[in-house]
Amino acid sequence: MTVHRAPAGPARPTVRPSPATSVAGESRRPPSAMRRRRALVAFGLLGPSLLGMIVFFVYPLVMTVYYSFTTFDLSNSPRWNDFANWRFIVESDPLIGTATRNTLWFIVIMVPVRILGAMAVAWVLSRVKRGSGLLRTVYYLPALIPPVASTIAYVFLLNPQNGPLNVLLKRLGIHGPGWFTDPSWSRPSLTFLSLWVLGDVMIILLASLLDVPTEQYEAAQLDGANGWQRFWYVTLPHMTPILMFSLVTGVIGALKYFTEPAVASATAQGKSAVGAGTSTLLGWPDNSTLTYGQLLYAKAFGANLFGYGSALAVLLFIVTAALLVVVLRRFKAFTPEVAR
Amino acid sequence: MRPHASRRTLLVAASIAAVAALTACGSGGSAAPTAAAAAPSTLTGTVHFWHFFADREAAVIQSAVDTFVAAHPGLKVEVTAGQDDQKMRQAISAGQPIDVGLSYSTDQVGTLCSSGDFIDLSDYIKRDGVDLTQIPETVLSYTAFDGVRCTMPALADVYGLYYNTDLLAAAGYTAPPKTLDELADMAVALTTYNGDGSIKTLGFMPLLGYYENAESHWGPAVDGAWLNKDGTSAIGASPGWKALLEWQKGLIDRLGGYAKLSEFQAALGQEFSAENDFQTGRVAMNVDGEYRTAFIADQAPDLHYGTAPFPAAKGYEKQYGAGYITGNIVGIGKGSTNPEAAWALIKYLTTDPAAQVALSNGLKNVPTVHSAITDPSLEVSDQFGTFLTIFENPASQTTPPARIGPEYQTIFGTHTQKWQAGEVSDLTAMLDQVDSEIDAATKLQAGS
Repeated sequence: MTVHRAPAGPARPTVRPSPATSVAGESRRPPSAMRRRRALVAFGLLGPSLLGMIVFFVYPLVMTVYYSFTTFDLSNSPRWNDFANWRFIVESDPLIGTATRNTLWFIVIMVPVRILGAMAVAWVLSRVKRGSGLLRTVYYLPALIPPVASTIAYVFLLNPQNGPLNVLLKRLGIHGPGWFTDPSWSRPSLTFLSLWVLGDVMIILLASLLDVPTEQYEAAQLDGANGWQRFWYVTLPHMTPILMFSLVTGVIGALKYFTEPAVASATAQGKSAVGAGTSTLLGWPDNSTLTYGQLLYAKAFGANLFGYGSALAVLLFIVTAALLVVVLRRFKAFTPEVAR
Repeated sequence: MRPHASRRTLLVAASIAAVAALTACGSGGSAAPTAAAAAPSTLTGTVHFWHFFADREAAVIQSAVDTFVAAHPGLKVEVTAGQDDQKMRQAISAGQPIDVGLSYSTDQVGTLCSSGDFIDLSDYIKRDGVDLTQIPETVLSYTAFDGVRCTMPALADVYGLYYNTDLLAAAGYTAPPKTLDELADMAVALTTYNGDGSIKTLGFMPLLGYYENAESHWGPAVDGAWLNKDGTSAIGASPGWKALLEWQKGLIDRLGGYAKLSEFQAALGQEFSAENDFQTGRVAMNVDGEYRTAFIADQAPDLHYGTAPFPAAKGYEKQYGAGYITGNIVGIGKGSTNPEAAWALIKYLTTDPAAQVALSNGLKNVPTVHSAITDPSLEVSDQFGTFLTIFENPASQTTPPARIGPEYQTIFGTHTQKWQAGEVSDLTAMLDQVDSEIDAATKLQAGS
């Protein structure tokens, strides 16, 4: 801890001037009053956002933690049940292991694949001399399609028997897989879908890529750096904050992954969620696409276990926070400041 | 700078929010509406009516509502269409004054009644002398829970077997199967294969999860029991389920195995489109609800088909003629501000023969009161008539309401998926596991 000492010099006067009078005789407010006023102004300015934070974050968080120790049906007062919900997570829920494994799969496989894919596309687009605007639009366009529509279209495209991809594969003598009907292919298929709609990540990576000063490349080239070395020592450090942002938002997105697997599951079953309830159509085939968020939803709204759903939500919050701390610390070593 | 002041303020604010929240959640809310001593002579005010129907079907509901309003000039009914169960429950829980709520799923009755989201209608029914004997026992059982009748049946969905008469005739069959063994034999005979060994057309799809192939829809064939009176699972102790699943596995093997059938299933047409496998002739026999007759009339008018009860298993022949029944349910939200008018609308929609006939003719669902079923103005084709007979069969079954909603069916379904894929070697142990998982969920819901 740094201790600031008073500089050596003339001794302070033993009699202080009146708080309301300066040395020069000018009137001024006492420091504490000014600070209080400043604090009040700051608090007043922060007030609306603090209020929003309390209402939309602190309140739901406190309530969710509270509900996680209760039996709750959404309509009647919650009844305290100690650790029954938490014990159920550890001891009794037969699907939590499956849902957790599936979600981890999406974090470990889908998120990096999507970032690498976006990086590759951005790198190619940054080097295209003609028609780059058109190509950027083409690659970005799928990201503008609503997830439900893009997933339905994708499932139809990948229909194992009459979808265009498998028809093409058949002509090449390859027996295409059951993309969304074979449990071992359903998660990779969702990963391919995420690659199709990678425009959102690609566009920020492209912006970052184009922002790398060309002088640094020239200097590295003069120093004899080859292509890989230029990428590793010039491009990558420059893009690290953007890559970290992509990773963090990707991990958060994967932890909450819901819509695409839900729609793919229902569509591949030939069913519509309308009129049949959504929670019964999740996870097909063989729970291979059941995510943690879907399990939470199905238990709360399908099985009427809102207390248990709250416990799952609290656990998700803790795991998300822990994962983000790990990711942020891990990437600290690669930030430009540290690299320097 | 005084950092402690702002930190303290934040802590105080958060604490106040938490205490306020906990205090609020501890309150029981306002009292649910109760029936007046006598029904009002005139109905006034506004009734907020939520239902899930959309498009053409919503227009049918609106037409029935208009007829009701015309008879009560002082009343206004505000209809909110396209609301699913979960939205409606959240709205009722949040205190929104939904007077009448119409739900598509009987699976929600347990939660709607036990949570108090829908109020007990018993006093209204008793006061107005509503004749519940007009409604089959099975239907009465799925519209009440734990002694609380919080809903009335609006219309019913009834499940049976659809068969393509042209395909059956080509294979030399003149009548649909009556037993599961006959169904299996016919399914094998009606199945054709491509040159590469893959299935071209299928006699009957034995995989659960395919369209309306569900444990609940097959259950009446073996008198399959779901829950005991205390809410615990009865599946493991009900011998029919084991017989049914063994029959299913046998048929899967006879048709070439799970992988081959899965591949066929992967190319299925969307259930409610013109590409439905039964409507295109890809499948010769299929389980479906009475509503399919309307889809066929609209999307495949040239299809020659018949309907019959789903076959019964060996040893359960007396079950033939029965089927699975579910349907729409309607109740009064606990926050209703006009419960008498709400009840009048419910009574009209669920017990008035003319209203039931109009709804049935428009939606092609089965009316739930006997007087409507026998009403000459009810449009009944040969195919639709089968479902009226199944509906009134006393052996027809439903899935019982439970506090955990349809969770017990979901748990069973998770295991049967593994069974049909050949991942289970000990069926008895699997059914015991199903019991144990259902009981654990029920116990958790009960708060222990």
